[in-house]
Amino acid sequence: MLVEHEQEHDYETLMADPATSAQLVNVQINGVWHQFPKGTRLIEACEQAGSYIPRYCYHKKLTSPGNCRMCLIEMGLPKMGPDRKPELGEDGKPVINWMPRPQISCAQDVSEGLGVRTDSPLAQECRKGVMEFLLINHPLDCPICDQAGECRLQEFSVEYGNAESRFLENKVKKPKNIELGPRVTLDDERCILCSRCIRFCQEIAHDDVLGFIDRGSHSVLTAHPGKRLENNYSLNTVDICPVGALTSSDFRFQMRVWFLKETKSFCTSCATGCNTIIGTRQDAIYRQTPRENNAVNSSWMCDYGRLNFGYLQSDKRLLQPEILSGDKLIAAEWNVAITHAAVQLKHFSGWEIAILASGRMTNEELWLTSRLAKILGVELIDIVPRQGPGDDILLSTDRNPNMNGAQILGVTRWPGARLRDITDGIISGRVKALVALGENPIEIGLTFAQLQALPAFVVMNLLEDESISAATAVLPSFGFAEKRGSMINGKGRLQRLNRSVRGPGEARDDWEILRDLIQAYSGQNSETDSRPGGIHSIEDVFRQMSESFPQFAGLSLSKIGDLGVQIFGTEATR
Amino acid sequence: MAITVSRPKLNWSERLYLPAIAAGMAITIKHFKNMLFGRTKVTMQYPEEKWDSHMPEHYRGAPALVRDDTGRVRCVACQLCEFICPPRAIKIIPGEIPAGDRFAKVEKFPHEFDIDMIRCIYCGLCEEVCPEQAIYLRKDYAITGFTRADMVHNKEKLLEIGGVMHGVVLKWNEKK
Repeated sequence: MLVEHEQEHDYETLMADPATSAQLVNVQINGVWHQFPKGTRLIEACEQAGSYIPRYCYHKKLTSPGNCRMCLIEMGLPKMGPDRKPELGEDGKPVINWMPRPQISCAQDVSEGLGVRTDSPLAQECRKGVMEFLLINHPLDCPICDQAGECRLQEFSVEYGNAESRFLENKVKKPKNIELGPRVTLDDERCILCSRCIRFCQEIAHDDVLGFIDRGSHSVLTAHPGKRLENNYSLNTVDICPVGALTSSDFRFQMRVWFLKETKSFCTSCATGCNTIIGTRQDAIYRQTPRENNAVNSSWMCDYGRLNFGYLQSDKRLLQPEILSGDKLIAAEWNVAITHAAVQLKHFSGWEIAILASGRMTNEELWLTSRLAKILGVELIDIVPRQGPGDDILLSTDRNPNMNGAQILGVTRWPGARLRDITDGIISGRVKALVALGENPIEIGLTFAQLQALPAFVVMNLLEDESISAATAVLPSFGFAEKRGSMINGKGRLQRLNRSVRGPGEARDDWEILRDLIQAYSGQNSETDSRPGGIHSIEDVFRQMSESFPQFAGLSLSKIGDLGVQIFGTEATR
Repeated sequence: MAITVSRPKLNWSERLYLPAIAAGMAITIKHFKNMLFGRTKVTMQYPEEKWDSHMPEHYRGAPALVRDDTGRVRCVACQLCEFICPPRAIKIIPGEIPAGDRFAKVEKFPHEFDIDMIRCIYCGLCEEVCPEQAIYLRKDYAITGFTRADMVHNKEKLLEIGGVMHGVVLKWNEKK
């Protein structure tokens, strides 16, 4: 929080004002007086005031050890008179006694009357000196270093460093290309000993396995003997590493970062819904990195969710709509496949059809699914609950990203409660048609033979699984990175998926498939005849959905924003 | 701001034009005489005769990958040339040098390196941007092919054109 000091405001009256003096303190930054709440870190205060201080070891979500010395600034305290009151200058502001030696701004809180010079000759000289020391033993690895392009050392070297090295002696040799854990590779020569990774493991991941050994120029980062950096949050150390010492074994050498197109999205691997940035190039996903959202995931995400995107690029992707002709599936045009599926469903009345939806679908898709169920007259509809081991950091035991959406939108009240009825109905032969949306019915206890015996089995999915060859119509759909849509995470926060890559082959967006299926079955696009306007875009789906459900009132996909909107429950801040 | 270029002041004979025309004509007649007696020759009998020996030192021909004196392919697949290439002619797929290899210290190498010579505009930015002294514009200018695929130089072809470069910095040796 930053309050610009009014020029004509008298210092004494400001001090006396209880509203301001209770929480706010006056700080002079580069000659201009600002106000900050008590307890603000000086380095943050300067950044808020527009004077960014370079730093390596300081990270706002971790403790400050103050060991990189990059954030040195010139600091001063108000000059006190004999009456222990600050002496005021001609402008009515306190006179500052500047300290003769520089201070680190990352371990200093703001205090009343504090003065800072972030760009004085002394501060500039300090940064230059620190940069020169850091680069003494740094290898000339940039052409092969994955960090190049987003490396703090590169950036600050350009901004504050020297063009040439004065170091004539041999560089210290350190271990390179070490497997620190199953997902993290360490290069000790590149390490600048900032200790961010060590503090992350201690403070956030609660898995204290990293540390420094040896002294002076021979100091190296290493894992405790016999232990590895293998906790589920290990890849966050790669994100916070300011240099290329820790690199992701998965992303290593795959793509230079400057080629990556970055799309804001969120992780769909569990109900937490950590905010992410998806890095893509030419319709291929290369990495996912966490994006700061203090209401959801702070600045972190788990390795499981982060690396869980490979399936979108697997050979198993369904690329072509298919219909059953004779006894085998043949490729078909989209309109043929949709019509085929609709005609098949028309043979049965509502109580003979079951719909197996998914907690991985977006709100828009779930809403269309419930509409489809209404139009078909289907009562037997459920989603598949998906549980997994969770932890008390981020990973949720609920591995469906949108269970809340399914419940709010009325697809299911008790997820999984009707699965038994669906399987029993199919086995007994009462249910003659099954619509599986993004789920594999074999996983809920049906056998391939039982599925094959169904007169109609419509599948909408993205990956080929063992149930596909029993289908009578196959409708290939999109994955989380290929579509827009919204989901509600486990804590009731509505978040938005953005499209980062195009879908493969002839696969189509799920909402379009469902809309077309409804249209082919009922012959009308809009929900009821009385409601004007059909569904022509994902925005239309959201608008019509928000008209029926008050939770979404006043919202649209663009209004959800990058950080999401809390629609029920309380914000969990970490 | 407009710059006014003052016209040169011509003297009397220059304003007459005729002496200049006569002088020009004299040069033309001199060339004509030389041609007539076979003393100058302006047509090069390409392809029997080649440009190669006439090429200036700075000529920019086909880009090529080079090896150094130790036999290592200089390129480390940093992809800066791919980034800088204005017509996007370069495509690189990086690979990792396995542990135990003679050059394992370098860690990274180009698994595939394609330059589409239909796209290449011979600008030389790839050579300029290369931090590893690995890509050079050689003097090859007759780049032909019967298909589009022929015109894509793969890594082998590029190394064949490039050959060995002497006197480059050996920054990946064990001491550095």
